[in-house]
Amino acid sequence: MSTQNRQGELMQLTFAYPMPYEWSIGLYGSRFFQEIKEKRRFIGIKCNGCGMVYVPPRRVCGPCFKELSELVPLSDTGVITAFSVVNYPFIDPNTGLQRPIPYTYGYIRLDGADNIFSHIINETDLGRIHVGMKVRAVFKEPDRMQGNIQDIKYFDIIS
Amino acid sequence: MDKAAIVGVAQIKYERRKKDQIFADMVFDVTREALDDAGLTIHDVDNVVTVSNDFFDGRTISGMAVGDACGGQDKNISTVSGDGTFGAFYGLMRVLSGYKATIVVAHYKGSEGDINITTNGMFDPVFHRHLGIDAVSSAALQANAYMTRYGIREEDIAQVSVKNHGNAKNNPFAQLPMDITVNDVMKSRKIAEPLKLLDCCPISDGAAAVIIAGEDIAAKCRKKPVWVRGVAHCCEEYFLGDRDLSNPVALREAATRAYAMAGIRNPIEDIDVAEVLEPFSYMEPLWLEGLGFCEPGAGCSLITKGITVMGGKLPVNPSGGALSANPVLVAGLARLIEAALQVRGEAGARQVKNADTALAQGFNGPCGQSHCVWIISGTK
Repeated sequence: MSTQNRQGELMQLTFAYPMPYEWSIGLYGSRFFQEIKEKRRFIGIKCNGCGMVYVPPRRVCGPCFKELSELVPLSDTGVITAFSVVNYPFIDPNTGLQRPIPYTYGYIRLDGADNIFSHIINETDLGRIHVGMKVRAVFKEPDRMQGNIQDIKYFDIIS
Repeated sequence: MDKAAIVGVAQIKYERRKKDQIFADMVFDVTREALDDAGLTIHDVDNVVTVSNDFFDGRTISGMAVGDACGGQDKNISTVSGDGTFGAFYGLMRVLSGYKATIVVAHYKGSEGDINITTNGMFDPVFHRHLGIDAVSSAALQANAYMTRYGIREEDIAQVSVKNHGNAKNNPFAQLPMDITVNDVMKSRKIAEPLKLLDCCPISDGAAAVIIAGEDIAAKCRKKPVWVRGVAHCCEEYFLGDRDLSNPVALREAATRAYAMAGIRNPIEDIDVAEVLEPFSYMEPLWLEGLGFCEPGAGCSLITKGITVMGGKLPVNPSGGALSANPVLVAGLARLIEAALQVRGEAGARQVKNADTALAQGFNGPCGQSHCVWIISGTK
């Protein structure tokens, strides 16, 4: 807490310390990160009602309101369905570190999944990235993995 | 449905930073002004809905901090932590369930928090937040999906910013009235492809209030009642990746329900003016598609053909919209207030001639996850 003010002016008060929190990743979320670490691929979950394969896996299919349980292994590849090259700085809420800019946020349909996964795409040149391009996940080395989304470093464009 | 009306409205000028006012000061001002506008006293109002968000306010159960300022002492206060159109919806429900008059107040100070961090907080902490996604980059993703699907050019989208900043010159509450050109928008700083600075709303501080009442109270109020003819809201999936961002299905559903309630059969013929929540320029044509004013993909043609400009068949955002001031949460209530002023014929220099039936739309969540659509009219 700090107050940087002079008397006689309209004053402000700053709180700069974080409010910590510990989120549970849950059963299927944990399986997702374990699959990455052990097999360097993604895992989804299939709805027996509508047939949708969701990634990351979760307990419920929203449209069907059905419980999901059939885990489906996927590969490490997908297709770009939308992207944005971001030019403003972002502070990672977990590490407090700033991501170098520009970076590209991608909306990726993983092969074998029906919904869309999002992650960083390793290309910021607008002349070399297009919707429809094929991408492959680049993972951290297993001994450096921490069981979070940054175990995936980014996606490389492969064609 | 029993009849209910908007009987009092108030806004304060939206600004980049209001250093001289704390949240409760802003709420106190709009509460008194809305009561004066309605010709009521705080004793005529028997319940309160506040609209605020804990992350934005940096305070847990943020609504409690403004209770005194909106006359909540000894009354029933609830808080809606979402857009003001949803707060007003809850206020309406209370009137329809037997309360006499609800005051709905919304407040927001974008200047005091970090908008990238607070809107990053909308997303899943396990799978999405670390990647940096926030209100701006998710909007950029939606713009890319929408424009790619229909082959829309950045210049087409830029027209919305030109129109709305120009309209803002007629709105004394607007933060960014500007004379700009499509070229100015195109040359403005790249924020997140394809969005440039002038495609994006400003950071704003502000507050607004509406009073909603049943027929008995409405008959005694100072101003012409603005009747609620139809209203509905609808939501879609939480994860962006579960949604088709180029197709606002929740908006289409909310509009269909609101139109059915209001007896609207052909929206472009039956509605005189629309105020839609467009913190990013591409949202206006996309929402107009969802609202059924044109076919999917044809939203930009409405502005190109002069339909949505002042003097057109369906002026959209005569106020300048959220591009010209975006106090988050307040901004949707501002759309409803602006629509109500149009119906009253009190919109001053931004008045649309002979406006009797108006549409107001707001949304919650990234890329319009949940939408609320209001049809209001001077005709009961």
